[in-house]
Amino acid sequence: MEQRHLTCIGCPLGCRLTVKLEREKILSVTGNTCKRGEEYAKKEVTSPTRILTTTVRIEGGRYPVVPVKTERDIPKDKIRDCMEELKAVLLHAPVKVGDVVMHNAGHTGVNVVATSNCCLFHEEK
Amino acid sequence: MKQIQHTELVIIGGGPAGLSAALSAKENGIGQITIIEREQEPGGILNQCIHNGFGLHTFKEELTGPEYALRYIAGVLKYDITILTDTMAVSVTKDKLITAVNKRDGLITIQAKAVILAMGCRERPRGALNIPGFRPAGIYSAGTAQRLINREGLMPGKEVVILGSGDIGLIMARRMTLEGAAVKLVAELMPYSGGLKRNIVQCLEDFQIPLRLSHTVTEIHGRERVEGVTIARVNREGRVIEGTEEYITCDTLLLSVGLIPENELSFEMGIELDSVTNGPVVNQKLETGLGGVFACGNVLHVHDLVDYVSQEAALAGKNAAGYLQGPSNEKLTEGESGNEIGIRPGKGVRYTVPHKIMYKDMEDKVIIRFRTDNIYEKCKLAMYFDDSLIQSADKLMVTPGEMESCVLKRELLNKYPETREIEFRIEVE
Repeated sequence: MEQRHLTCIGCPLGCRLTVKLEREKILSVTGNTCKRGEEYAKKEVTSPTRILTTTVRIEGGRYPVVPVKTERDIPKDKIRDCMEELKAVLLHAPVKVGDVVMHNAGHTGVNVVATSNCCLFHEEK
Repeated sequence: MKQIQHTELVIIGGGPAGLSAALSAKENGIGQITIIEREQEPGGILNQCIHNGFGLHTFKEELTGPEYALRYIAGVLKYDITILTDTMAVSVTKDKLITAVNKRDGLITIQAKAVILAMGCRERPRGALNIPGFRPAGIYSAGTAQRLINREGLMPGKEVVILGSGDIGLIMARRMTLEGAAVKLVAELMPYSGGLKRNIVQCLEDFQIPLRLSHTVTEIHGRERVEGVTIARVNREGRVIEGTEEYITCDTLLLSVGLIPENELSFEMGIELDSVTNGPVVNQKLETGLGGVFACGNVLHVHDLVDYVSQEAALAGKNAAGYLQGPSNEKLTEGESGNEIGIRPGKGVRYTVPHKIMYKDMEDKVIIRFRTDNIYEKCKLAMYFDDSLIQSADKLMVTPGEMESCVLKRELLNKYPETREIEFRIEVE
């Protein structure tokens, strides 16, 4: 049997959660104050995911970078792969919020989209 | 000298507070609104906060900072609201005459009938900390590093120590790690972090970055460039415990050591400021001591969630509209005997906003926001009217890092017409 310790992120209480596992199967969650803690712990030990936010380079824009995010949360262990792939991306202004800047980032099946507008240098609004 | 422009409402600052206040004033019938913004574009600090987690309360979805800002900018652009970007407001007089400068027009003077102060806050700098050492390159406030990375596309360093575990410090620990820097540790003077649990887990634990509670930086090494820092443990009084010093090699030190509302304009106008919040003293309309001058957002008190900034600013916008549409632009009720009810922070509470209620102008309810002075578990939030306990709510936990609020209903006050002062206390059994 394996035990894992987590901090719940549901609220400021930050309950210290203990999850007991037997070959990927969750036996028990303890330490939580409410239902949210149990749900969080189950998700976090079986398939932890995060939304990745970062920037990519852009040419001809008002700024040299534009902020982006994964459209949905991706497996936590894919964050490094996605960052590596995004380093190679060079966009050209203008870019609009929601534009897909990369398909299937890190083979996650999730697209990366721009989270801001980047207009051409000298262009107003 | 250029001609004086006339407008109904001037809003100083085009960040989340200014934008929300403008939209709300417009929706409440104000025709002429001018926003003065010193950056190239509106949105304020949200434009560099590229991480997600914004808007859960306002839009019921999780947005990044720029996306949250764009929602409000789109709203403002839809209406006939003037935004003067790249423009700095340099003075506002008691009579609401605003002087601003920009490269296009030089000096601009605008006569307003009402003003909303929405200048936001700035970071506490190194100079406020008294850390000995030279003045090498490589010391940045966390927000400056954030701007360099997320807006300018520049990396401030490769090996990083962060002092202060507020949310900006935590967010930057993750951001710099993702961009390839080695974040050695985050040192926090207090025995607890002021940041959200979610950020501690997702920004530090996800990347195995140590959080050293009750630690501070005692010395910065390096003459031209930071070469390392000495950190040490502190006791309960925040004093360094001798013998606990530890040298950490790094080329960059980020400071995330507090935010200060930017109230130079308010101060020069003669507006009374609260020495705890460093923001204006306001009534329930978020109106300062000067009639027709309102304040909202981080210039009023530092918030942890932008959603509450937007909500607060919308109230300021609505009340500015009410003031402009009122029977006269005189302040009718201030000082009138028996009308003013003070709100006081009692034991365990650092401050409240608003600071007072003008009973006759009070709407059905007032949201009172406050912060506690420490972490309290299993406590009660108690409200007293002139030393009698009126209501009390159980709280599992309160922390200084998370703003608390309480809704005060007018009908409750109606039952106690003699009330002169309301006090909030944290009570632990």
